[in-house]
Amino acid sequence: MNSEIRDLVDVQNGTASREIFVDEDLYQQEQEQIFGRGWLFLGHESQVPNPNDYYVSRMGEEQVILTRDKQGQIHALLNTCTHRGMKLCRYDEGNTSLFTCPYHAWSFATDGDLVSTPGELFGVPGYRARYHEALDKKKWGLVQVPRLENYRGTIWASWDVGAPDLEDYLGGMRAWLDFALDHRDGRENGAVVLAGVQKWRVKCNWKFAPTNFIGDVAHVVSHRSVDMVGIGPSGKGRRDTKTDGASVFGWPDLGHGGAGWVAAPEEDYEQPRSFAKYPVVSQYFEEARAKRRELRRGEQHFQGKGTIFPNMSFHEEQPRTIIVAHPNGPRETEFWRYYLVDADAPDEVKDTLRRYFMSYSGPAGLTEQDDLENWSAATEASSGRVARKHPYNYQQGLGYSEPYPGVPGCVWARQLFSEQNQLIWLKRWAEFMEGRDWDQLMHRVEVPGDVPFPMMSDSEASA
Amino acid sequence: MSEVAVAGLSAGMLLRLELDDFYALEVDLLDSRCFEEWLELLTDDVEYRVPIARNVHSSNVSTEFFTERLDVSWMDEGKETLTHRVEQMRTGMHWAEEPISRTCHIVTNLRVVATGSEDGCDTVTARTRFLVYRNRLRSEEDFMVGKRQDDLVRSDGAWRIRRRTVYLDQTVLLSNNLTTFL
Repeated sequence: MNSEIRDLVDVQNGTASREIFVDEDLYQQEQEQIFGRGWLFLGHESQVPNPNDYYVSRMGEEQVILTRDKQGQIHALLNTCTHRGMKLCRYDEGNTSLFTCPYHAWSFATDGDLVSTPGELFGVPGYRARYHEALDKKKWGLVQVPRLENYRGTIWASWDVGAPDLEDYLGGMRAWLDFALDHRDGRENGAVVLAGVQKWRVKCNWKFAPTNFIGDVAHVVSHRSVDMVGIGPSGKGRRDTKTDGASVFGWPDLGHGGAGWVAAPEEDYEQPRSFAKYPVVSQYFEEARAKRRELRRGEQHFQGKGTIFPNMSFHEEQPRTIIVAHPNGPRETEFWRYYLVDADAPDEVKDTLRRYFMSYSGPAGLTEQDDLENWSAATEASSGRVARKHPYNYQQGLGYSEPYPGVPGCVWARQLFSEQNQLIWLKRWAEFMEGRDWDQLMHRVEVPGDVPFPMMSDSEASA
Repeated sequence: MSEVAVAGLSAGMLLRLELDDFYALEVDLLDSRCFEEWLELLTDDVEYRVPIARNVHSSNVSTEFFTERLDVSWMDEGKETLTHRVEQMRTGMHWAEEPISRTCHIVTNLRVVATGSEDGCDTVTARTRFLVYRNRLRSEEDFMVGKRQDDLVRSDGAWRIRRRTVYLDQTVLLSNNLTTFL
């Protein structure tokens, strides 16, 4: 199988088989190798602020219940009754310390006062009279997701006990994620998710989204219509942009990447005034940025939008949002989009941002609508007997990537137009799909015959 | 219609006829892609919102839709963004509507919930049901069904929409994208 997988992604030549995007068998392997092992985004702690709050999320095709216990700890439990498989929780969110199955009334507690482990079987009807107290309650608790981490308010989980810590998994990409999650004024965390997650289904393979958001800047031609109309918060284009120092940056050993800006000392980092149409919001950002420059003096400013392998992508500012591409079969994806704002921003600021974000993103967003059309049409047109034999092309900028100074493991293209990041993501996809162990995946050991990411040679770089 | 028949109609029945006419005109404009004319049926301060639904316990039915001010919706906007949507469709490069979708709006079950007047203008709150069929490309089909509540205002003899809330009966939107006005 390994050689078959390796043949699907030709990193050196910048091509990948279309089978990756349409084949049923590969899709089934992905459930095991990628969604069964990688760190997956489940939600934000602000969605379960109080004890006994729960929010039903997904890991791959399956539902998990995110709960907060009375001690404030967050857990993730597979949403299926251990008795006979019934979907235990059929609400999207709520507050309860006891989940009782509608089928045979087995009940599971998330409250540490009732049971020793959250998700443990609390009671079954007729425990004495019918089960004669012989049922081992400790053995029949809900399936708990073994690895769970709260990273600056975002909740991530992995089914793989042996997975590396999330921070190692994120690597240098963390700095970009931090910018998206931190308060605009530089304080750590400080963001909340607005209530209401947009969920919708698109007839496309799930991989189109992460490989788009990882920095497929060439696709902006498909957004010409929204640029012409000018939904941007200063009245032009689709967003306010900082044009200098932009490039794609990627992590070939980790599979993450995005489009962002060259790092600079925080105190020197300037952004053009934004949200000109909304003076209150514009002023809010100006003041927050000034505070950030002071608070973070001496640190490096990293900022960009991108993808965390495998299926979580984020925009850091315009809009400020997270999207997760949940797989629903090889040719259908269920997207979940979350919107972030500073927790303590004035309502007027939150409201303006909320409206701008919705006009940009989601199934009704003037920008995102066209992306969705691209991905579904590409999936359909790649599925045919003949079409699927012809590879996709990722050769833009191939061999022109260079190490990015000061950030270990990071490479950049010195410009936005390069397909290095899509190739980085596909390389990672192949490494997972080959079934490599974590030592190999984290590059703690070498893999015989491994193909290095194509970089500009030293002589070319200096020329 | 004879004088006698008109005289036999109550004010409420006449209002219903007027509103029926108004909604027939509106869907005709939408389904024949006369979007600029449709925009004229909206007041300048129109509030157009399509809130998201969620699965809730029957004891919390009032929270089924996210309708708090700062909640995320499918759409929540005024005339400026609605106008942007129309302009985008006219660029010829809005790929989600290029080639064009075929749409058919069925609006029915009109119920006048309240009538009143404001600044000398008649106002009405009306509830309706809608079924919108969208057919796209060769075989793409969307059915969007739900309830609407409109605040309408009559000035210069014509009704206009001041506020529309569209309660779409889906928690997960089962469409590639939402490019159709509901």
